[in-house]
This record gives sequence, C-alpha cells and structure tokens, in this order.
Amino acid sequence: MPEPPSSASRRGPAAVPEPGDFVQAGELSIEPDGRTPPRRARLQIGLSGAVLLVFYLTAVFAPWVALYPPGEQHRHSPNAPPTLVHPNSPTRWMSEGLLFVYPRRMTDTLRRRYEEDRSHRIGLRFGARGHLLAPERASDEVFLLGTDALGRDLFSRLVYGSRVSLSIGIVGVVISLALGTIVGVIAGYVGGRTDNLLMRLCEILMALPSFYFLLALAAVIPPGLSPAATFMLIVVLMSFIRWAGFARVIRGMVSGIRELEYVQAARALGVPDLTTMFRHVMPATLSYTVVAATLAIPGFILGESALSLLGLGIQEPSTSWGSLLADAQNLKNLDKYPWILAPGVCIAITTMAFNFLGDRLRDRLDPRSVPRP
Amino acid sequence: MLRFLVRRLAQMVPLLLGITFLSFLIVALAPGDFFSSLALNPSIPPQAVEEMKREFGYGQPLVVRYLAWLWRALHGDLGISVGHRVGVLSLIGQRVTNTLILAVASLIVTWAFAIPVGVIVAIRRGQVSDRLLSLLAFLGMSVPNFFLAFLLMRLALLTGWFPVGGSASFDYDTLSATGKVLDRLHHLILPTIVLSVSGMGGLMRLMRGAILDLMRSDFVRTARAKGLGERVVLFKHVLRNALNPFITLAGYELGSLLGGAALVENVMNLQGLGALMLDAVLSLDIYLVMGSVLIGSLMLLVGNLLADIGLVWSDPRIDFTRLEATH
Repeated sequence: MPEPPSSASRRGPAAVPEPGDFVQAGELSIEPDGRTPPRRARLQIGLSGAVLLVFYLTAVFAPWVALYPPGEQHRHSPNAPPTLVHPNSPTRWMSEGLLFVYPRRMTDTLRRRYEEDRSHRIGLRFGARGHLLAPERASDEVFLLGTDALGRDLFSRLVYGSRVSLSIGIVGVVISLALGTIVGVIAGYVGGRTDNLLMRLCEILMALPSFYFLLALAAVIPPGLSPAATFMLIVVLMSFIRWAGFARVIRGMVSGIRELEYVQAARALGVPDLTTMFRHVMPATLSYTVVAATLAIPGFILGESALSLLGLGIQEPSTSWGSLLADAQNLKNLDKYPWILAPGVCIAITTMAFNFLGDRLRDRLDPRSVPRP
Repeated sequence: MLRFLVRRLAQMVPLLLGITFLSFLIVALAPGDFFSSLALNPSIPPQAVEEMKREFGYGQPLVVRYLAWLWRALHGDLGISVGHRVGVLSLIGQRVTNTLILAVASLIVTWAFAIPVGVIVAIRRGQVSDRLLSLLAFLGMSVPNFFLAFLLMRLALLTGWFPVGGSASFDYDTLSATGKVLDRLHHLILPTIVLSVSGMGGLMRLMRGAILDLMRSDFVRTARAKGLGERVVLFKHVLRNALNPFITLAGYELGSLLGGAALVENVMNLQGLGALMLDAVLSLDIYLVMGSVLIGSLMLLVGNLLADIGLVWSDPRIDFTRLEATH
C-alpha cells in the first residue's frame, strides 16, 4: 500500500488547525474516509498478531509453560498472592537463572497472610525440569499469579484454561461460518421460495433474545458429560444461534454476484449449478468471511466465558477463563484476593487483539464491499 | 403508515410462534425436569408429586403441551412457576421493570456520551484527542462487561462509594418515598456504567465514520459554497443526516442491552428478568423459562418496531413500500 502524501503533512506545521476552521484543516490532513493510516495499521496488525501468537502457543504448549497440573492442590498455601519476579544480575544468569523469586511462608493462617523470606532466592531457569521457566527443585513452589482457596496455582490453571477459551472461538467460527456460507450461498443463488424460507428461518434465529436463549440451550447439556463433549456442545449451541447473521450477509452478496458476467458465462457454458455456486460464486465472498471470522471469534470466547461464569458451561475439574472467574462472584474473594480477576484480563486482551486485527483487515481487504456487522 | 404498522405487527406473529416453539422444544429436550428433583426429596410424598405432574400436563405429547401453553398464553395466562408456586406473569412483572429501567438508563447514558464524543472525534480526526478517544472506545468495546462489573464492584468495595451489587438496600422498606428513589438510583449507577461502556465505544466509532463520510458529500459542498459557517454546516446539515441511521440502531441496541443486562444482573446480583431466567433454567422451571423467553422476545421485537417507526418519522425520504420489502 503506498504511503499517502497526507501522513507527512499531518505531523507538519500545516496541520495545526486554526480556531473556527477545524473542519477544513482536518480535511487536508487525513485519508478521505478517516481510516487508520497504513503505517499505524501495520503496527497494530503486527502487535495484535504477536499477542495472539503468544497466547495460542501458550495454549498449545500448556504442560510446558504451566508449572503444575491444573488440579494440583498445594494445601499449605491457599489464597497466596501473586509472586513478584525479580531479574537476576547477569553474573548469576548461568548459575541461578535469568529470574528469581523470594520464597514465601504463611504467617497468619486465619487471614491468609504471607511473608517473603528475603534471605533466600529461588532461581527460575529456562528449561528446568521440562518447563519454560521453573525453579531447579520441585520443592520450591512458585505461584506467579497466586493461588485459589484450595491452593491451586492460578497461572497454571490460566494456561490450561486458555486451551478451552482460545479454541472455542476458532471451532465456533468455523462451524457457524460454514453453515452460514452454505445457507447464504444457496439462498442467494437459488432465490425464489427457497430463499424466502431460509431467510425467514434466519429472521427467527436473529429475533431471539440470544443470551436468554443460550441459557435455555445450556440447560440441555446433561450433567454427567465428559469435558470434551460439553465443550463441543457449547460450541455447537453458540454456532447454532450465530450462523443466521452470516447467512444473511452472504446471501445479500451472492444475490449481487449472481448477476455478474462471469457467473452468467459459467451458466451459459452449462456448468452445473452446484459447481457454479461453490467454485465460482462462493470464493467471491471470502474477503467478507475472513473479516467476519476475525471479528466473530471474541463473541464465542465471551459467550463461553459468560456461560461458564454462571456455572452452565465448562465445569470443574476442567477449567476455562470463564469458569476461573466464577470465583470472583464471591464478594469475599473479590475483596481479599483480587488476583483471581487475572482470567478477565486475558479475555479482554484476546478480545481486543482480535478486534484490532479484524478492523484493520477490513480496511485492507476491500473496505467498501465488506459490511460492518 | 397504518398499513405499514399492521404489516409489521402481523410479521411478528410467525416470529413469536417460531421462537416460542423452539424454546419449548429445547426445554422439553433437557434431561430430567423439575419433578425429578422433587421426587428425590424425601419430605414430599410421591402422591403430591403425581398430582403436580397432572396439574402441569406432564406426560402428554410435546405438541399437545405446546398448544395448551399457547392457548393459555393467548388468554394472558403464562402458567404457574413450578418452583416459586406463583403465576409466571406476576413473577415476570415484578422483575421486568427492573430490567427495563436498567436497559433504558444505559441506552440514555450511551447516547448522551457517544454522540457528542463521536462528533468531537470526527472534527479532530488524526489529532491526539481523536487517537486517544478512539483507543478508549476500542478498550470499552473489548472489555467484557462481566469483567468490568467485577472491576467496578471491587472499586465499590475499596471506596464504599457505591453499593456492591443488589437492587436495593436492606433497609429499603423503612425509607421515605424520596429515599427509596435515591436508593434505587444509587444501586443503578454501577450496572448502568457496565452496560453503557461497550455500546458507547461502538456507537462513537459509528458516529465518527458517519460524520466523516457525510463531510465529503455534495450537499456539504453546496452548503459551504453558499457561504455557511462551518458550525452551521456541521450541526444543521451533517449531524442531522448522520443521526438518522442511529435512530434505527437504538432499537436494536435495546435488544443487545437486554442480553447484556441478563449477564450483568446475575453478576451484580440484581433482581431482573435475566436473573429470574437463570434461576428458571437451572431448576428446569419450564413455564417460567417460556414466559421469560416470550417476554424477552416481545421486548426485542417491539424495540425493533419502534426503531423502524422512529426512522420513518425522522427521515421523510424513507419509503414505506421499500421498508416493507426489506423486512
């Protein structure tokens, strides 16, 4: 993308607006439709991509990153606060590790108070005991983000929980976009009565108060189901509610594409309808699909978190970011142990990264043809 | 106009039928039911459970039960909540006001902030204030509302400025009339902020885009060419045109606010329709679930209808026949 001539003048003195003349001054200085200038857009794409890459790699290599299994209870350190990690001086890097923490001891079992023992250091070494960063001895316990009431390491649970939370968005988007694309392409291409019927169905789904409906659907999940099955059910339920919106947009695009000459040509040549639909028409909707997918992923992550938070989704002993946050519903926890809010920070960061990415992708791939959701 | 209204209302009927049947099907599919937990309770005699089952038409085919429910619903009888042993309609009636107040308050707050800020940001596009506010809007859109609820509740715990969840104080009944209103408002502040923040960001960005788009249109050039001042151009020409689509949006916003309200009610422990719905779902209280879904959908559809009416009223260019065709 060429650097627009405007970006230099915006920083130059010419861009300083004169009082009362603000609109014209602005007009000289920015791209006509107020999009983010390319250089900053590239930076944002890179940054969001990097954040997401780190998160997804963490999820994939969860056992390597997490220090403990998600269910492991350290009964002698319940509700421990997060540990401050200190950088080691370079001379100790080889002997002790890059980072170190001070060991802690519970001084008040009733109030769950902990005290650091400054006379010792626990070095965190890269690759120790088969973990990314770990103390050399297993008996040295390090709780980076603190523990819950049962002494389970929040950081480890967060890392394992990210597997559910991060994959639910991908799986959900794949299912709902596949369904939406198939229905949308058929409705838009075939038209007539089929179109009418399919679109009325979509309207019913879109007119549903979705969260209420999701709650009702969640009640269908039988209690004794395996974690993997629960996960799949939640994804399917959420996709079932969300595909209709995609289908409508794609149908609108397809009914326009159908009239284009190359499609007419394919038809005139006697290409079968199914081939035309999915080989020639559908690819033309892909730029929308990519953007819509990126922007829809946070919705699935949030949906699962909300359900799990209310106790209807992922349940113990499995974890997701939402189910970890359920602890915060207890006011005592929220008041005394605020670090249990860490999963919420992760959800917010992920959502933001996907939103940024989707937004910038939309600007890049044909900004006019892609409707804003 | 009248024909348009009648048609829109008529279109709501199949939608409502579809929604209610779908919900009925789902709740009926759920494993176990309210009675299975009653039957496990040793303090309730089995005969009583049997009697209740008969009373609620239990054991008949699904379609028969749905039609029976529909028939009574048409007569204004939404059945009895098995769990609360109270009429569903009165139960919902108590709660729905709270939810509506919360949703409408959030809508007002969202608009009161988003539109002026959107205008300012559009005027100052590219400047530091634009970038900062746009980033804030993005943050607002991305922070999950339940997380924001937790953060604000923590703030309330730390400062004591606001009540931590709940719809009213413990001593609510002893308060004077003004005291009651003030108490309610005090409890409403945090939930309203939570619900407004996400909508605010999106609305602000849309406003910014709309104004920037319109700034380049021919009528603005004409207005400037005839010598109107920038302020007149902006407020009398651009803003008025930019606002039109937002009237439609407000109706649809109401729908998403209802969903958001359900979650926030549960997190912040408010006595609203969403909290009632969760209770009903957890105890498989079928008529209560059905009633909540029905009322929720009705509110949503009415919101959308109001949005369309508002659009027709605000924009004389809208053609009824075209509006009918698109819906």
